[in-house]
Amino acid sequence: MSSFLDYAIPGIPYGCGFALLAVGLVLTFRATGVFNLAFGAQAFLSAFVFDLLNQYAHWDQPASFALAVLVVAPGLGLALDRFLFRHIPTASSTAKVVSSLGLLVAIPEMIPIIFGGRTRHRIGYLWLSPNLVYFHLGSTPVNGADIATTVITLGVVAALLAMFRWSAAGVTMRAVVESRRLSQLEGVNASRVAAGAWALSSTLAGLSGVLLLSQSNSIDPTNPLAFTTLLVAGITAAALASMESISVALLGGIGLGVLENVLVKYLPPGSVLATGFLPSLPFAVLVIVLLANPRLRHIEQSSDPMASVDPPPPPPAVSTRDPRLAAPMKWGFRILMVAFVASVLTWVPGNWVFVLAQGIVFSVIFLSVTMITGMSGQLSLCQATFAGIGAFTAGRLAEHLGLSVLAGALVGGLLAALVGIVLAVVVSRVSGLLLTLVTLAFAIFADNVLFQFSWSGGGITGVDVPRPAIGPLSFASDRYFLVLALVILAFCMLLVVLVQRGTVGRYLAAMRGSPGAAASLGINLTSTKVVVFAMSAGLAGIGGALYGSAEGPIASTDFSYVLSLVWVVVVITTGATTVEGAVQAGMAFAVLAQVLSYLPSRLDGLEFVMFAFGALTYAKHPEGIVEYQKARWLARVSRLLAAWDARHPGSGQPSLAGSGETASAAPAGSVELSNG
Amino acid sequence: MGDHAPLLDARSISIHFGGLRALAEVSVQVYEGESLGIVGPNGAGKTTLFNCLCGQLRPDNGSVSFAGRPIDGLPSYRRARLGIARTFQRIEVFPEMTVFEHLMVAERARRGDGRLWKDLLNLGRPRRDELENVEEMLSLVGLSDVAMTPVAALSLGHCRLVELGRALMLQPRLLMADEPSSGLDTRETQVLGDLLRYVQRERSVAMILVEHDLDMVARVVDRAMVLDFGEMVAEGTLREVMANPEVRRAYLGRGA
Ligand SMILES: Nc1ncnc2c1ncn2[C@@H]1O[C@H](COP(=O)(O)OP(=O)(O)OP(=O)(O)O)[C@@H](O)[C@H]1O
Ligand SMILES: [Mg+2]
Repeated sequence: MSSFLDYAIPGIPYGCGFALLAVGLVLTFRATGVFNLAFGAQAFLSAFVFDLLNQYAHWDQPASFALAVLVVAPGLGLALDRFLFRHIPTASSTAKVVSSLGLLVAIPEMIPIIFGGRTRHRIGYLWLSPNLVYFHLGSTPVNGADIATTVITLGVVAALLAMFRWSAAGVTMRAVVESRRLSQLEGVNASRVAAGAWALSSTLAGLSGVLLLSQSNSIDPTNPLAFTTLLVAGITAAALASMESISVALLGGIGLGVLENVLVKYLPPGSVLATGFLPSLPFAVLVIVLLANPRLRHIEQSSDPMASVDPPPPPPAVSTRDPRLAAPMKWGFRILMVAFVASVLTWVPGNWVFVLAQGIVFSVIFLSVTMITGMSGQLSLCQATFAGIGAFTAGRLAEHLGLSVLAGALVGGLLAALVGIVLAVVVSRVSGLLLTLVTLAFAIFADNVLFQFSWSGGGITGVDVPRPAIGPLSFASDRYFLVLALVILAFCMLLVVLVQRGTVGRYLAAMRGSPGAAASLGINLTSTKVVVFAMSAGLAGIGGALYGSAEGPIASTDFSYVLSLVWVVVVITTGATTVEGAVQAGMAFAVLAQVLSYLPSRLDGLEFVMFAFGALTYAKHPEGIVEYQKARWLARVSRLLAAWDARHPGSGQPSLAGSGETASAAPAGSVELSNG
Repeated sequence: MGDHAPLLDARSISIHFGGLRALAEVSVQVYEGESLGIVGPNGAGKTTLFNCLCGQLRPDNGSVSFAGRPIDGLPSYRRARLGIARTFQRIEVFPEMTVFEHLMVAERARRGDGRLWKDLLNLGRPRRDELENVEEMLSLVGLSDVAMTPVAALSLGHCRLVELGRALMLQPRLLMADEPSSGLDTRETQVLGDLLRYVQRERSVAMILVEHDLDMVARVVDRAMVLDFGEMVAEGTLREVMANPEVRRAYLGRGA
């Protein structure tokens, strides 16, 4: 028993960090409806700033703390509210999560660009030194950092609870949580309350980051990944609390910390399970909580009796393309394709051929995002994991059975689809937000455990996926590989377009428009979503196998969960609703990385930052900012054509003049304008 | 009509939202081919009752059966497949789609024909009989000339007709219409009333109509019931119901 305590007690301060983050998540979700994934990055930012001031600028702890946690953290929260979330109060919860996802990607990438990379010398701490043991609990030494973390966390949460119960501000906030609209009618300034919630929860996130600095060597202020894992633990604790109760979130966070530490004792030391399972323990717990906690099923449904007062979210822009544009665009595209292939086979330099091939392979993978996010409106954060499953399967099958890579890619795609089905069925009863969270947790789990085994991803040693060959035809050279990849891409695009135009695509469009109405027609939303999720996973798997084949040896780091986040953000920026969007994303992602590699290494993450900021516009332009601009230009050209027609009656297309088409074009155009 | 079992039989439906009792022990029976009007002041629980009947909300208490079989546990898409169709008080159309596509998607859904592999083999294109059904419905609801217009560009009156056509595409046995005339002008209301009456009489679709426009109710329904504060206060012919002192109090006491 005492040895149990030896393991459990250090878990308490460790779990306190999770708890603070969880409380912050619950707070913002309740007050503003935003599930803010960016808290992981915000915790990282505060920890980084604290470390920078304390260790490099040699400020003392209180001053560093004041700036990092009391100024930077709430300041960032207020800025997010003011410039982003305040403008999208009625956006879907997916749109809000996408915005926070953009931040989760952008913030850690911006830090090295602004401050330059830093390596860590020694551990900073906030209040009491982690190197001093103050007393023993049983036989467990308790150091200063443990005491500080626990005392501060409990104190802060107690103060928060007291505030909600007794202070005027707290009561107002509770009223806004109940019904934003009603409390507005009562004269409450709901925007001010939301801003307050943002400032408060961002401060909690910052505090959690700084407290965790001294907790563990594994949490490095220069390593944002550590803070994303922290985020998943926070999410799990928040889910335990049904996104409602602050005190349960606190207990849940601490409980997770304890569980993690106790398990260290029982897992075989040094095994993949011990090194990998612990960081992904929150995944297992999260899945169990999701399945066991029925209250989570409806967290997104508004319980505000006045919700119907809110205006509906903006409909996607109605594209008004003049039918005359169709032919030039089609032929322009064909000529472009022929020129592209001819160039690649002849004059394009070798390193660029490789980059373009990469772009094509990325396009295949990104089609999977088109399916899941663009068509079915769900946000999956484990597409890189599916790609990894495809790649490792193809690699292992080639290695052990000598199977051709193309066949291996198919098997890998099927396997990924199977995993996708299991995942989708597990979360099919719950809402879209929870799917997002489960996929994130799954990606972290796969990254840490699944891909570490020697029979799967082989950890950092990796797997070799050879280049494909069909009979005597070898695609070992980059140029031929590119052409093959292009053919596969065209085939995959065709499949996606067929689904988009087919019955399932129409069902999904109905579901995006109004889930309630779609169900009232007898459409089974759950099974439709599962099927689409599976196909999306399959596409990612095939694309992943191709990616492995393009790169040569690949390792688990090539399919790190962070990539999933980045990929989604990239596709959403360029346009997740069309297949062209996926191709634009793939090419832009590969080409931009190559172009930026000519810049100083400090700017390494710049492309991520650019795409991440693009994703922030998702709530306003769900079709993607690039596609949106394209549609605007086409609409402009169409209007010019229409104006030309008006001035030159008799020219153009007389057949249309009397029919309903022109009559409908005008109101459609005005809808498009009013969205702009 | 009363001698055989009702098509829809809902008994003692209760539901509350937080502290608010939205429905208290409400029972509704609708017989094959009959039309029932539900009237009541704002916030009486009419829409909530619809949501409980079509499976969008789970009542705390009570049971619903349709065509003789209990449907309490069924999700709304299963109820739709049994033949319960509805329209919505707040317009619920699919903004990306044209009027034609609305009806086509309903036609597909009625046939339960949404297999991914069929789409992948390009077998998902509209067939001739489907097109005929859609054309027929378009002319029935009078939307033929805006068939190819995206609904985002349509007026409210047109959207109500789209919803009605979409619901009727399911060839329902029971149609539930939630304030179909709200937001429409008198001419549009007239057209809609004629349409509902035609559908109900000629196609013998049973109907529940929630409506504030009493003229319209009088034209369409056989029988009416009154909800107030989640309770059923009267039931009978519309004339009987409106003569009921309790109803006059519920309506006029606060309204006038
Ligand atoms: N999802 C919900 N959460 C909380 N309260 C709700 C919800 N839906 C409805 N209510 C409340 O239940 C009561 C009944 O609402 P309902 O919409 O059924 O009324 P109604 O009779 O349809 O009114 P109206 O004529 O205005 O359409 C109202 O007080 C409403 O505020
Ligand atoms: Mg209503």
